[in-house]
Amino acid sequence: MNTPHNSTSSPASIMSKDNLLLLVLKMRTFIALFLILAFFTVMVPGFLEPSSLVIMVKHIAINAFLALGITFVIITAGIDLSIGAILGFCGMVAGWLITKGIVLPMLGIAIFPSIWLVVPMVLVIGGLIGALNGLLITRYNVAPFICTLGTMYIVRGAAMLLSGGETFTGLSGNPQLGNTGFELIGSARLLGLPYAIWMMFILAAVIAYIAKRTQFGRHVFAIGDNEHSAELSGVKVARVKVWVYTISGLCAALAGIVVSSQLVASHPATGIAFEMNAIAAVVLGGTSLAGGRGSIMGTLIGAFVIGILADGLVMMGVSEFWQMVVKGLVIIVAVIIDQKQSRLQHKAAIVKQK
Amino acid sequence: MHSSDTADVVMRAEAISMVYPGTIALNEVDYRVYRGKVNVIIGENGAGKSTLMKILAGVQQPTSGRIFLNEEQVTFSSTRDAASRGVGMVHQELNLFGNLSVAENIFLGRERQRGLMPIDTAEQHRITAELMARLNQDIAPSELLSNLKVGQQQLVEIAKALADQADVLILDEPTSALSKTEIELLFEVIRDLTAQGVSIIYISHRLEELMAIGDHITILRDGNLQSEALIEAIDVPWIVREMLGSDPVTDFLKPGREFGEPVLEVRNLSLVSTTGLTLVDEVSLEVRAGEIVGVYGLMGAGRTELMECLLGLQRYQGEITLDGQSVHEGTSTSERIRRGMCLVPEDRKKNGIFPVSSVSNNMTISSLWRRLKHRFTIDEPAEDAAVNSAINTLSIKVSSPDIEIRALSGGNQQKVVIGRTLLTDPKMLLLDEPTRGIDIGAKGDVFDMMVSLSERGIGVLFSTSDLKEIMAVSDRILVMSGGRLTANVSRHDATESALVSASAQGL
Repeated sequence: MNTPHNSTSSPASIMSKDNLLLLVLKMRTFIALFLILAFFTVMVPGFLEPSSLVIMVKHIAINAFLALGITFVIITAGIDLSIGAILGFCGMVAGWLITKGIVLPMLGIAIFPSIWLVVPMVLVIGGLIGALNGLLITRYNVAPFICTLGTMYIVRGAAMLLSGGETFTGLSGNPQLGNTGFELIGSARLLGLPYAIWMMFILAAVIAYIAKRTQFGRHVFAIGDNEHSAELSGVKVARVKVWVYTISGLCAALAGIVVSSQLVASHPATGIAFEMNAIAAVVLGGTSLAGGRGSIMGTLIGAFVIGILADGLVMMGVSEFWQMVVKGLVIIVAVIIDQKQSRLQHKAAIVKQK
Repeated sequence: MHSSDTADVVMRAEAISMVYPGTIALNEVDYRVYRGKVNVIIGENGAGKSTLMKILAGVQQPTSGRIFLNEEQVTFSSTRDAASRGVGMVHQELNLFGNLSVAENIFLGRERQRGLMPIDTAEQHRITAELMARLNQDIAPSELLSNLKVGQQQLVEIAKALADQADVLILDEPTSALSKTEIELLFEVIRDLTAQGVSIIYISHRLEELMAIGDHITILRDGNLQSEALIEAIDVPWIVREMLGSDPVTDFLKPGREFGEPVLEVRNLSLVSTTGLTLVDEVSLEVRAGEIVGVYGLMGAGRTELMECLLGLQRYQGEITLDGQSVHEGTSTSERIRRGMCLVPEDRKKNGIFPVSSVSNNMTISSLWRRLKHRFTIDEPAEDAAVNSAINTLSIKVSSPDIEIRALSGGNQQKVVIGRTLLTDPKMLLLDEPTRGIDIGAKGDVFDMMVSLSERGIGVLFSTSDLKEIMAVSDRILVMSGGRLTANVSRHDATESALVSASAQGL
């Protein structure tokens, strides 16, 4: 595992030029974050105001949920394109449950579950869609790219069908039905910070813990590194993969809940192309699309870089078109640097071994 | 060398040496290829025959020495260069493309095409048809390669070399993937080609085959030219003697070894591939606690498949009993590992290591379940302790357990993979070609380790295609050929030539 900010240089050795370069490369996401922060602090007056920072981190949280969820998928050398659609669909399901309830035609009644039920139900649905991805990929050998491209269209279509393309509004619920409080997920604060931000940090901590300290996390890395070896070492490859996609779906559902709660409405087109931002954050964080290598902290910082870049450019008044160009450049440069780092790291390891 | 010989010699290598850092692969080897004959070359793994062939075919350049083609000194800078001078090589692994036609495969990279004109398919098909006629094959040039049988694909490779007007054709273990009838077909083609004046260099481990097809034989041993003879003048025991030498086999086993109860019992194990080939055929065997059983056989004899069945990676028929308890066919690999069976796989790069993971993670991946706190969290101090003790007992040279495993030498990587199996605390250890691609020193370490494990009461089943190895560390020797067990002898009763002929039975 290569966390972008862990220095492995031994204290005894004199820092050679290569070692220094390697250290810089390893910490590149951090350095990029600082550079961007410094840049916008100078260019945008009031950039570091707490209120604007909080808004920015709130935006970042949505992408971070998706990016954290998809990191495991990418570490197994897979990809999940359906998370944006799952986000939209799960928001719609939440909207449906709050505004229309569960209709039982044979009894002629509709049940309106409380928010304490709506949220878990939506999470389970997101997880199940992810599990379906995992099953299709492992049982029927569908390439992850194609499989999740397919489910992306299906799930997005389903989201549209739920409302006929309309928006569910007024998700704050009805006190008489006892399903109020949904909007609090997006608006309430704890110790001055919105729930969404707390949730982002808690999710990152949980996923990082799973990655580093559990058998499951080790198996995820092993599968991405060499699936054959993993099989022979007794890793239940298919089962781990299904869980990996389930986690991805679960995180997308969480993002869907937070987005629709923040807007107090759910629109079926929410989340289109969000998966691309998430993948960009993961790659920026040093996780290799070839699998086996990656870090959760990296993903979180990657999400911050992308989010701050986007909001900062908006505040500077840079046009949306130029924002796209800049984002694309940053991603490509990040991957080039990643290649360089991986070569240097290999070289350094061999030198150290001798 | 008699002067009359030179007329018959099409290609000659003089004092060829190949030095790699730390090893001498070839030491001043003189080699002669006779015109229009089948020149057989044989030697143990690591004797230097593939290195010599790669030099003759231009794959690599020798450290020193000269090559003569028709008494003219030549240097080949690349395979293309060698091919243009009439030296072609058919590698053991076929370099063909299933989705292209036969003609497209033959002309790949040298298509008949000029400027912006389209490829001259008609011309390519005409030449391909001629080549096929020369090989006596009824294969349409437009046929998709994947529709051909393996034997026919091999012939397409040969046609590819012939398209370059090859005078000298090197065949590297051409029969290892062929059925008996396909081998007959190949031999007919070889006889036709030699009659047309093509000189063949034929590499194989199957002695019976060499006797059937060869004219001249050259034996390499430890990078040196051992002997050269006419096939008619010699017999199989002579070849084995020349190949292995008469120096006593190093013995890793102490006398008076004692064994316990059977740890592994296998009854009538069979494996049929999806294409209907019988890969493992009614194999029954037994390994007792503390016993080392060696499985000898050629490539494709079914050794790897047998091990994969034992570990539950293939869907087999038959009964397996581990430590007195029956193992069902559906028992998963991870469950078998927990019950005490563990495998060191054959192809370390492909199936053994996790290249970009650390040495420590590589070592503990199979045994994480043994070191959990609250059944969930990895107990890191326990993990570190286990890794450090394994590094010490196996004397793995590594600067830190956090280093990526791909920075290690082959021998040390293999030791890490062995360490992985040890950390699961196995009762039965399976090792598939554990010494492939590692240096002599590391080989000795691996053998010492196998012996010390067996002394702790672990049953060991290992496979190798090296006769010296099998004699050095086995209490009992099994020989596999064509998926069947063809011999089961105690080491003291085993003779090398008996093992060799058992390994060629039924081919």
